[in-house]
Amino acid sequence: MFKILKYSFYDLIRSRWSYVYFLFYLALGFVLLFLNNDVSKAVITLMNVIIVLIPLIGTIFGVMYYYNSREFTELLLAQPINRRSIFMGQYFGVAGSLTLSLVLGLGIPFVLYGLLRSNAIFDFTLLLVTGAFLTFIFVGLSFVIAISNENKIKGFGYAVLLWLFLAVVYDGLFLMSLIIFEEYPLDTFSLVATALNPIDLSRILILLKLDISALLGYTGAIFKKFFGTDLGFLVSMAILLLWTILPILGLGHKAKRKDF
Amino acid sequence: MTIEITDLYKKFGKNQVLKGVDLTIDEGHIYAILGPNGSGKTTLIKSILGMVIPDKGHISILDKPIKKDWRYRKQINYLPQIANFPPNIKVKELIHMIKDLRNSPSAEKELIEHFGLEPFLNKKLSTLSGGTKQKVNIVLTFMFNSPLIILDEPTTGLDPRALIHLKELIQKEKARGKTILITSHIMQFVQEMADEILYLLEGEIYFKGSIEKLLEQTGQNNFEHAIAAITTTGNHV
Repeated sequence: MFKILKYSFYDLIRSRWSYVYFLFYLALGFVLLFLNNDVSKAVITLMNVIIVLIPLIGTIFGVMYYYNSREFTELLLAQPINRRSIFMGQYFGVAGSLTLSLVLGLGIPFVLYGLLRSNAIFDFTLLLVTGAFLTFIFVGLSFVIAISNENKIKGFGYAVLLWLFLAVVYDGLFLMSLIIFEEYPLDTFSLVATALNPIDLSRILILLKLDISALLGYTGAIFKKFFGTDLGFLVSMAILLLWTILPILGLGHKAKRKDF
Repeated sequence: MTIEITDLYKKFGKNQVLKGVDLTIDEGHIYAILGPNGSGKTTLIKSILGMVIPDKGHISILDKPIKKDWRYRKQINYLPQIANFPPNIKVKELIHMIKDLRNSPSAEKELIEHFGLEPFLNKKLSTLSGGTKQKVNIVLTFMFNSPLIILDEPTTGLDPRALIHLKELIQKEKARGKTILITSHIMQFVQEMADEILYLLEGEIYFKGSIEKLLEQTGQNNFEHAIAAITTTGNHV
């Protein structure tokens, strides 16, 4: 698996898009820091951008990489290599290089600005960790979608729909259900509904750590009571981990049975 | 016995491609797998390679069942039908990579010289012509020393000189006791190379035997006509 990982990783590192992605974060980091002049505020703005962008880029990159390397995959399948290693290697190659772009792209401007001396370092690290999780989750989901669909257009369509659903539609449905069922106690419901969507979960996790939950009013208080505690934090991390592992298992399962 | 296949079935959606293939392939011969388009030749080869997973049936290679195993592919050199390589890497890098992945001794230098590929070693695969890609494909296939060689349409795009080289190469490998499976639509090539003909029709082995036996059975004196006439004579084996 590590050989495949190595080649996928090198292949991607040399690709133009990895640089575009890296430079985008680099520029974003610098612009935000010098416009805000405040690390904490920059982290909040950054969160709003990356919480939506990371899943989108992860999804599109994942699907694109899978379809583009199909011929190469077929070449590898005839070699004495375990099937699962081929797909796992490619998956970790894509997710790994995207995460590297994110960490370096944002890390460089923040470190230069003096992050290490500020007290926002924990918030910033959390931002990068959830960003890495989101990358692995959405690349994984997009690989599962791509391997299940021979048709490129369909695969792309489903992947983008999935992103749209989790990033936009889910929140809409969530809010609507809160309004419709406002007569009922909704504390548990909203906690569970938030935890089930990795994008919402990441957002809440970062917001609460940034200590601006007062802005969220009553719901914020409830969320703070759960997610703000150490237990809540651990549970959220566990859920993110679960979200990461499930697509990987799905990918292994699909890879074992597929005909090429 | 190099390959043993019993009762192999495969269906793609509603399309039943293989309908109970029974086949034994012995060591040290060249077999040509023939049949009309869509008769299941590629599916059969891909089942042997483990790229297609059969619905039913059993395949053994060198007396070992291949199910849920991948190490047996170390014994196989496979030339895929359409040489689609990753476009952004150089010929040299591709050869190096496959060597690294297979981790076995290889003799690519001689082959590169043989097919005159030196000027292309530092070129990206996307810039190569179809014939040159096929030569690279051939080098990748023949550079390892494995007892079983599977060639899917090996002549595609080759110029006459390369074709002669390829024929020599196949004969040389046969002399070393290798088992070789070939699919081809060029009957002259098949007639020249093959010891045994396997004719697939609608997912079953319709004929298996030597070229002489085929000519005798169909009552033709020309191989190409014999192949064309094979389905009309109705001598099902």
